[in-house]
Amino acid sequence: MTTSIDVSLGQVAAALALVALAAAISFWRRTDLERDIVVATVRSFVQLTAIGYAIKLIFEADTIWLVVALLSVMVLFGALTARSRARKVPGAFWPLLIGLAIAAASTLGLVVALGIFEATPRYLVPVGGMMIGNAMTASAVALNRLGDEVGDSRARIEATLALGATAREAAAPFVRRALRSGTIALIDSTKTTGLIFFPGTMVGMLLAGAEPTDAVRLQLILLYALLGSTAIAALVATGLAYRNFFTPAQQLRELD
Amino acid sequence: MLFELRDVSLIRGGRPVLDSVSAEIHGGATAIVGPSGSGKSTLLRLLNRLADPDSGTISYLDRPLAEYDPLALRRQVSLVPQLPSLLEGTVESNLVYAARLAGKELDAARCLGLAGLDAGFGERDVSKLSVGEQQRAMLARALSQQPQVLLLDEPTSALDHSARDAIEATLADLRRELEISLILVSHDPEQARRLADRALRLKSGRVAACGPLEEALA
Repeated sequence: MTTSIDVSLGQVAAALALVALAAAISFWRRTDLERDIVVATVRSFVQLTAIGYAIKLIFEADTIWLVVALLSVMVLFGALTARSRARKVPGAFWPLLIGLAIAAASTLGLVVALGIFEATPRYLVPVGGMMIGNAMTASAVALNRLGDEVGDSRARIEATLALGATAREAAAPFVRRALRSGTIALIDSTKTTGLIFFPGTMVGMLLAGAEPTDAVRLQLILLYALLGSTAIAALVATGLAYRNFFTPAQQLRELD
Repeated sequence: MLFELRDVSLIRGGRPVLDSVSAEIHGGATAIVGPSGSGKSTLLRLLNRLADPDSGTISYLDRPLAEYDPLALRRQVSLVPQLPSLLEGTVESNLVYAARLAGKELDAARCLGLAGLDAGFGERDVSKLSVGEQQRAMLARALSQQPQVLLLDEPTSALDHSARDAIEATLADLRRELEISLILVSHDPEQARRLADRALRLKSGRVAACGPLEEALA
């Protein structure tokens, strides 16, 4: 598992040919995405290069506090990014931040406690990044759905409140659907993994020369951990965020 | 006196929806009438604290509404909204849910009967009901809580004439058979005449008249 491969900047530059192809298709079919493709390409280069150097420093420093600091920054940016997808949910930032933090801490804590990975930067940084990234997507989808559901169902929610139901009871069907939509994508892709797509970690390890069985086992661990982290993040985010639609007197807030 | 409103005002979107409303609502049947946008439905929602006024006070049975637990209040003062909004499932599951919230034992056949539905209706899926049937199921659901006051928001606005007449007959029967007060919002003064003893007439969020029916509607 210690095999590694060298990738030169020239090889990265050569891969840009495929980006040019995507831009050409966009231009030809007038999908008007050329600018977005260029922005995505430049951002991915700058961001990944920066994080590459940051990870290198953290690996060399070999201290847990730098790992915690890096993962905290990831959680913060994850919450800010997810908030932009959950505009219809008032005060979505804190539920997202708390959801991502709990998801990252609990899943990383568990994989370390179970002895799956060592508590060293080499494991915690990449695994934590994957957990936070996927948890961010799941909680953003869940809150986006929650905002739509509550917006479309105000009459039904008020009718349930009018019976003397609590906000929690009135919102329960919508919170349930939001949670489902946040987690279903990863569950579905986990079902089909190995059949119609190879997940990234496994592909990376195979390219780096690892034994296929090792690649598969590590990938399985990560997939199972991802299922846990996305479910926790979506559960916490929806469980906190729905409250922001209601007043303390169990009334549905008027939203602009 | 059931409700007493003193200088009740409510502003939404920078516009006064209710403007210094003072009125007394007695037991029996009271119609809140007025043209569209006069604040009728908003006023109704204040009476079981689905919303609170920005200023002024409302009392229920001589106690300020703000002192009531909103959940307990809503189980006594039950609101049937204008648009049918049942929970997914059967009519009976809606009745069971509402009765459980109010801590009452459910007599589904009686609630359905009072709302003009036969007992077999409980098994029907709410997604397969006509608007008129849903309106009746909403009424049965509210009755399953054995409320003291029923707040009805335009109970027949979505119905044709024959369905409207049937619901009105049901409401008249309810008053005869139960110790219950009705407060109903209607844009139609004739409906107020058919169903109510007293009326509160609103115009642009202000009280235009309040009192015995003919006096208030004159």
